Amino acid sequence: MSNPKVREPLMHIVKRDSMPLWKSILVRLIAVLLALVVCGGVIVLMTSMIPGKEPLNPLKVYAGIWDGALGTSRRTWVTLREAAILLCVALAVLPAFRMRFWNIGAEGQVLMGALGTAAVMIYGKGLPPWLLYTLMAVCGILLGAVWGIIPSLFKAKWNTNETLFTLMMNYVATQVVTFCVIFWENPKGSSKVGSLDKAVWLPNIFDNKYLLTIVVVLAIAIIMYFYMRYTKQGYEIAVVGESENTARYSGINVSRVIIRTMALSGAIAGVAGFLLAGDMGHTISTGLSGGRGFTAITVAWLGKLNPFTMILVAFFLVFMERGSKQIATDFNLSESASEILTGIILFFILGCEFFINYRVEFRSRKHAEEVVKA
Amino acid sequence: MSIWLTFLSKAFTMGMTILYGANGEILTEKSGNLNLGVPGMMYMGGIGGLMGAYLYERAVETPIPLVGVILSLLCALLFSGFGALIYSVLTISLRANQNVTGLALTTFGVGFGNFFGGSLSTMAGGVGQISTAATSGLFRAKIPFLNNLPVVGELFFSYGMLAYAGIIITIVLHWYLYRTRPGLNLRSVGESAATADAAGINVTRYKYMATIIGGMIAGLGGLYFVMDYSTGGWNNNGFGDLGWLAVALVIFARWRPLNVIWGSWLFGALCILYLYIGGLSRQMQEVFRALPYLVTIIVLVITSLRKKREDQPPAALGLPYFREER
Repeated sequence: MSNPKVREPLMHIVKRDSMPLWKSILVRLIAVLLALVVCGGVIVLMTSMIPGKEPLNPLKVYAGIWDGALGTSRRTWVTLREAAILLCVALAVLPAFRMRFWNIGAEGQVLMGALGTAAVMIYGKGLPPWLLYTLMAVCGILLGAVWGIIPSLFKAKWNTNETLFTLMMNYVATQVVTFCVIFWENPKGSSKVGSLDKAVWLPNIFDNKYLLTIVVVLAIAIIMYFYMRYTKQGYEIAVVGESENTARYSGINVSRVIIRTMALSGAIAGVAGFLLAGDMGHTISTGLSGGRGFTAITVAWLGKLNPFTMILVAFFLVFMERGSKQIATDFNLSESASEILTGIILFFILGCEFFINYRVEFRSRKHAEEVVKA
Repeated sequence: MSIWLTFLSKAFTMGMTILYGANGEILTEKSGNLNLGVPGMMYMGGIGGLMGAYLYERAVETPIPLVGVILSLLCALLFSGFGALIYSVLTISLRANQNVTGLALTTFGVGFGNFFGGSLSTMAGGVGQISTAATSGLFRAKIPFLNNLPVVGELFFSYGMLAYAGIIITIVLHWYLYRTRPGLNLRSVGESAATADAAGINVTRYKYMATIIGGMIAGLGGLYFVMDYSTGGWNNNGFGDLGWLAVALVIFARWRPLNVIWGSWLFGALCILYLYIGGLSRQMQEVFRALPYLVTIIVLVITSLRKKREDQPPAALGLPYFREER
């Protein structure tokens, strides 16, 4: 049986059936810890580059991150709201990803949503508040949905590659927004719209200007959880994602599911745009989305497409980002430092999934003996 | 007449960064890896080259241009190759999702470039103060005599060395992919890794090599942009969307390097067209700037419509390969 000429490879990889929950959480925690250690090292290295300043004590780095993200009650609220809006975009890509439809056009869908909302804010001055707010939401959601539907039509009809199509749509959206910004610019020649009239801002609830976004997004998260898990449409999405052929045989209209799901995906991205323009930025600009469309993809993926896990991931990423931004300001570093750190953390968490799904088995003597006996 | 000559030659230089990026991505995608980290690797290559040149010129009294160029090249290859290595380890060995990993690499690379670009500016004493005159001068040196020829000189001989290297790399890449045995092996890995594996091809090695060398080629695009196009200086986010345009050009060229040569020229032209059409309002300029993306979308739709076999992406593009899961 055992051929001495055939050498067993040093190691091979086996797929795990399942890992106990506590163990998989432990693996992720270790990955996060390792990422934090590396990030700390990188920050120390960066700060030591500045001439005339003592390199930072690594422990102080973590204290600084904590302070930057949650140091004061204002900072905490900002962090929470930032996490909420990131979560909102991640919830937008969730149904599409469940369907294995790579919607990386959330950035564009958010921008278009913000554009729709901003248009109402600019032209709708003087409308009664309830009408104004409804119109803002409807226009934002509608434009976001349209931007999501366009690539899905081509995907459903001709199987056009959606990853690249949605990616390109981002930049078309950027140009559309730039076009409108110049049209609405204030003052003339500035290429900026500037802060819009306070009368058209979305209202505060409970006298807290951060709460509205958080509440809306949490509501969407809960609805999405039930939609994906307990409705017929959510089930159809999952079936199409697992196998289009199975879906077709079981009588699901695949094209319709694809288009409907992308409409939903774009609509939720539109909500994010609506909140960004109406409640957070109070303006429209191409930088309004600020790369959230791309970060959201990692949030959805790392959160295993589960809305509640995604809350944790979104919070952690925003926490690190805001914390490192604070350190960057304190030490006169470029704000881009936070992007480097986000990248490092993502690399670690992405890598650790391997150890949850697979097991590496080394060539062991014991195993070899078993083979010989057999 | 002469303004259109200038337009064509400027379009070529604008397209050169895209050409490098697209070639790198074609090599990568032929191995079945869709690396959306191209913009990130371009930033890493660009800042690597700038750091190499700047630190060298700062350290020495009278910098020798050739040494600067070599150091700059090495650093660019090293940095962008490192970015591609991270991507390779995560997607090939650790089997992470390609799209997500690529986007994370873009986040990382863009931050990396902007951070060190900003730091170099601070070291140099302010924004726009980085000077790498000697190195950048050699990078930009035109071919003597030939560039003085009328018309032809401006159109074909007015570029720095990296531009010609780009064309040569494109042709070599075409030759490698379609005329050599290893190239055939690589393409088979991208079409069906399981089949390639069964035929005795080392799938993992091909994927690693293609992705890392592809990343390095994309990094050279960044180097060209920084050292030649921007004459050796740094602007934060100065690359704009060039990295994504490179990804778009891969589709436009239907995964064939030779198409990239004229495609990048066309994309470069579309990028700067708005500057050369008189009487455009600022709004209309923005419409024109969307052209490269719209053209790409149209090509994407048409290729999916025609379903010609030669025009399709590598069949296993974006799919991971696990030997144990066959």
